[in-house]
Amino acid sequence: MAGSGTAHLRDDPNILLRVENLVVEFPAGRKGKVHAVSDVSFDVKEGETLGLVGESGCGKSTTAKAVIQIPTPTSGHVYYNGTDLAALRGEDMRRMRPEVQMIFQDPISSLNPRRKVRDIVSEGVRVWGSSKAAAGSFTQDRINELIEAVGLDPVAAGERRPHEFSGGQCQRISVARALVLDPKIVICDEPVSALDVSVQAQILNLLEDMKQRYGLTLLFISHDLSVVKNVSDRVMVMYLGKMCEIGDGDHIYERPAHPYTRALLSAVPDASVEIEVDDEVLAGELPSPINPPSGCRFHTRCSSAQEVCRTTEPQVRQLVGVEDHWVACHFPHETVVEI
Amino acid sequence: MSEITVEAVPERGADPNAALLDVKDYRVGFKTEHGLARAVDGVTFRLDKGKTLGIVGESGSGKSVLNRSIMGLVVSSNQIEEGSIHFDGTEIVGTDRQPFWGKRMSMIFQDPMTSLNPVMKVGRQIGEPLKLHLGMDKKRARARATELLTQVGIPEPGRRLDQYPHELSGGMRQRVMIAIALAGEPDFLVADEPTTALDVTVQKYILDLLNELQRDRHMAMTLITHDLGVARGRTDDLLVMYGGRVMEQAPTDVLFSAMRHPYSEALLESIPTLDHPKHTRLNPIPGAPPDIVAPPPGCRFAPRCRYAQERCATELPELESDGNHHYACFFPVGTDANAEALDRNIERGHTAVGLPVSKEGRVG
Repeated sequence: MAGSGTAHLRDDPNILLRVENLVVEFPAGRKGKVHAVSDVSFDVKEGETLGLVGESGCGKSTTAKAVIQIPTPTSGHVYYNGTDLAALRGEDMRRMRPEVQMIFQDPISSLNPRRKVRDIVSEGVRVWGSSKAAAGSFTQDRINELIEAVGLDPVAAGERRPHEFSGGQCQRISVARALVLDPKIVICDEPVSALDVSVQAQILNLLEDMKQRYGLTLLFISHDLSVVKNVSDRVMVMYLGKMCEIGDGDHIYERPAHPYTRALLSAVPDASVEIEVDDEVLAGELPSPINPPSGCRFHTRCSSAQEVCRTTEPQVRQLVGVEDHWVACHFPHETVVEI
Repeated sequence: MSEITVEAVPERGADPNAALLDVKDYRVGFKTEHGLARAVDGVTFRLDKGKTLGIVGESGSGKSVLNRSIMGLVVSSNQIEEGSIHFDGTEIVGTDRQPFWGKRMSMIFQDPMTSLNPVMKVGRQIGEPLKLHLGMDKKRARARATELLTQVGIPEPGRRLDQYPHELSGGMRQRVMIAIALAGEPDFLVADEPTTALDVTVQKYILDLLNELQRDRHMAMTLITHDLGVARGRTDDLLVMYGGRVMEQAPTDVLFSAMRHPYSEALLESIPTLDHPKHTRLNPIPGAPPDIVAPPPGCRFAPRCRYAQERCATELPELESDGNHHYACFFPVGTDANAEALDRNIERGHTAVGLPVSKEGRVG
């Protein structure tokens, strides 16, 4: 895995977000640096949901946060509607922020415990109320409509504080807060990981409903492969700061081409069926992102690894006869188009 | 911990065929200012040596309190414990279970970061139970700790002993926890959501490791989980809990092939699975878990159940047995009574408790 290349980027007028050669590095000690995200490219069409999946430390959250420039990426471009966000500074960047909002993992700690729900949801409006773009379009009706849309009673819930709500209800409040500024893109960082399974289903359904109702584009991060499959149109599998595989969700889950994707899928304990993937064994520990392995970053744990994997980084290639399924591997499990 | 003495450990039972853990009508309550919170309300099960019992349920179902109480970890003046637990032939309800810890029963927790001491080196943490419970000296404890780390699959165990928990990955920390729990070679291990905080690949490794260690040591285990996939693949028997009560109880394969309780069915239907195409609409369980201080008079699950009838709202169903399959429901899934109950609710558009039911028989 762990490949580079931009062959999978689409040439489509409806592309809303296009990330090219994104690199995010953090300083670590003297001279060292953490290679959190290394040369990752992807694009998202308007109204589409892209699922980012991978183990902890694979850079999925860092990738999503780099989209909203927290922090500004080390290099690479983030084109939102044709504007390169990575080149924007100060007030120009601030003006872009309402367009991309975020929902976090822990619903309770991401809400201010001392404030009322109505104030939490409407804070964005207060911040943006003075600007010409936002003025007038937001009213108390809009706040009420949103609180109601996420399944809470605006009159009763609005005057209460977060501790009076369950985890699932707090996540509903987070969704309302993210939607108040009418964003185009919502980044969901593990939004259901802290919730019980029954509540998880409620929130996933709610996100689908909100996506339809407000025409949202979602970037959905989760380590849970079943959850990602359920909500995503396209899926991107990441490992140690690199992209392994990207494409149509159903196709990737049906015919995983990358050894890492196969290993991930075979590890999922499924309560309903046995999935037809042979048992890939993932040997060893996750290497350090400070000194990532050479060539393909997955080669140290890959059962199909050869000499070339150690020396040369694989480029993204398309599966033969499949419109939207790309893999970065020298020895994928499916036939790929040769470059 | 320092007052534990080695000689206080009770002898192992004489009868090899007796259940290791025999729990009968066990109840745990907590006195609160609003009344008694019945966290565990009449649980009965038997766990043999070498077997794994899975305990499944949402947060607040009482699964953790049940296990912590069996271990004797919930010690508080407002706790009430009733019923009977025979551990290897000895009645332990109402007695101090501390002498059992480490040597006879042990526990691993969900979050390996907060259950390890962050300022104590790994070696000392593994050595502590060895010195306390087995009376080893420092040198032997260290040698044994190295052995234990090797058994749980940690590379370079000698070097790891001198590291602090923060220097290890999540999966490695959980392996250290397992090493500590198994140091005294216990007969019974409680695994409370041992892999919930871990990635799927690490989860698989840890569960495989637990299975292997369990087989080698002929150890009994309760595996608490909210993940039905984990429960299905890793347990011999299952206990489905809701609001402190057992809803359904059966050998794992029986339970999954003939699910009888509407709550078990609802739990299974609420999870997204890999075989469903993308954007499959999920079936959440509407509403919230019950109030255990003032529970509804009838079936605890009735307010959220799509099959609920008048009887469910007023009468508490007892656990009934169909061979080794037990369930507490008046209208068990897969029976004619159940199909009729759903038809009736679809026709009137709501259940007897007032929960709206769609034309397709869906709720929520």
